[in-house]
Amino acid sequence: MRINDHPVLEFKRGTKVTFTFNGQTLEGYEGETIAAALHAAGVKVLSHSIEHHRPRGFYCAIGNCSSCAMEVNGESNVRTCVEPLKEGMVIKTQEGKGDLL
Amino acid sequence: MKQVELLVIGGGPAGLCAAISAAKQGAKVLVIDRNEMLGGQLIKQTHMFFGSEKQHASVRGIDICDVLLDEIKTLYHVEILKDTTVNAIYDDGVVTADMNGKYIKIKAKAIVVATGASEKTLAFPNNDLPGVYGAGAVQTLMNVYGVKPGQNVLMVGAGNIGLIVSYQLMQAGVNVKAIIDAAPSIGGYLVHASKIRRMGVPIYTGYTVKEAKGKDCLEGATMIKLDEKWQPMEGTEINFDADVMCISVGLTPLAELLWQAGCEMKYVGELGGFVPLRNEGMETSVKGIFVAGDVGGVEEASSAMVEGYLAGLSTAKYLGYTSYDYNAKRDDYLDQLDSLRSGPVGEKIRIGIEKLIYMNEAAASNNA
Repeated sequence: MRINDHPVLEFKRGTKVTFTFNGQTLEGYEGETIAAALHAAGVKVLSHSIEHHRPRGFYCAIGNCSSCAMEVNGESNVRTCVEPLKEGMVIKTQEGKGDLL
Repeated sequence: MKQVELLVIGGGPAGLCAAISAAKQGAKVLVIDRNEMLGGQLIKQTHMFFGSEKQHASVRGIDICDVLLDEIKTLYHVEILKDTTVNAIYDDGVVTADMNGKYIKIKAKAIVVATGASEKTLAFPNNDLPGVYGAGAVQTLMNVYGVKPGQNVLMVGAGNIGLIVSYQLMQAGVNVKAIIDAAPSIGGYLVHASKIRRMGVPIYTGYTVKEAKGKDCLEGATMIKLDEKWQPMEGTEINFDADVMCISVGLTPLAELLWQAGCEMKYVGELGGFVPLRNEGMETSVKGIFVAGDVGGVEEASSAMVEGYLAGLSTAKYLGYTSYDYNAKRDDYLDQLDSLRSGPVGEKIRIGIEKLIYMNEAAASNNA
């Protein structure tokens, strides 16, 4: 779902990198946000709500609402909409509140 | 502890203009921004701006950002810290921040808070489904990262953001099925509305979202008409298939730092929520703390820039840097703001601001 032809913008994308999402290998571009890379790969459900286990994606996409929190390289509660993607990142949907320390 | 003269919190249009204006008067400035790219919301604005030449009319937002950053590069007294999030403002100008994982302390003689605003949300069943996004979020995804948010969009909100993002979605090859707004008339500039209508997108006024539908992600939504008392009318439901719903119902100031610093705040609906009381020169009720841009009242980028220039000028004076043309510059900025806020479109903002100004000219010039 990437835009390749745009009337005004030219997208300067970084190097292509691979990363894993819940064990599955995906591709993205270095420097774009994790949420953007996942969305481009068709992944919209980023977690499930804590009490009612409802599917949850991002909302504000600039780091204010925390809807997009996932586990990245073992660290919980990472706001994936502002975290830049790096080669080899291990991204997982977080269960519950995650490790707070 | 890092000693600075002027600390500008937020590197969007308001913050950058405050830094430029203050540095030109001679102040030494540190700009802090939590992102790795400066420019705030300008980096997503592909449309051409309005206003006068002074406000970069007919230049695209993304290009205005470059213009401001190029100007900053020519000024010796401006330091920039990116990837740095201010955590708190304490007494005596002490500010703490998270500089990419490192905890730092700053002592500032004056502060401009230009932290902007964030998207409001709307309450309706299943509004938490993936696919229901803020309009700004969709704009970020599309214009910054070049990713399509989906195939079929329902836009909720016919203010300027709703209209402009709809146009940008069409530009990116995404189908906007309809724009709906609960109000009886379109809130944004008619020039944007006409453009989007010419592209075949219907605008339904007087409609709101009854509910969204979908299992794992958004699949569709039902909208319903409101009567003159804003109550939903049964039997007027219209169903849409959509995998994206953009909620564009307004922004609210990101004012947490101002609350913490003890600024006197007031709820002003016309300006988006709680805003700081301030004087004409942009100083809040706390001496030495100034505001500029959406955090002081949700408006738009052109006003944010002029408020930034004005706040920069005022803080420079507060720090002891004045110039022979101080009054002329100040009057010019105030005139530009009046001009941007004139006419029927600016009425809401004018009403809101009138509720805010708590000091008159005479009192403000006591320090002259």
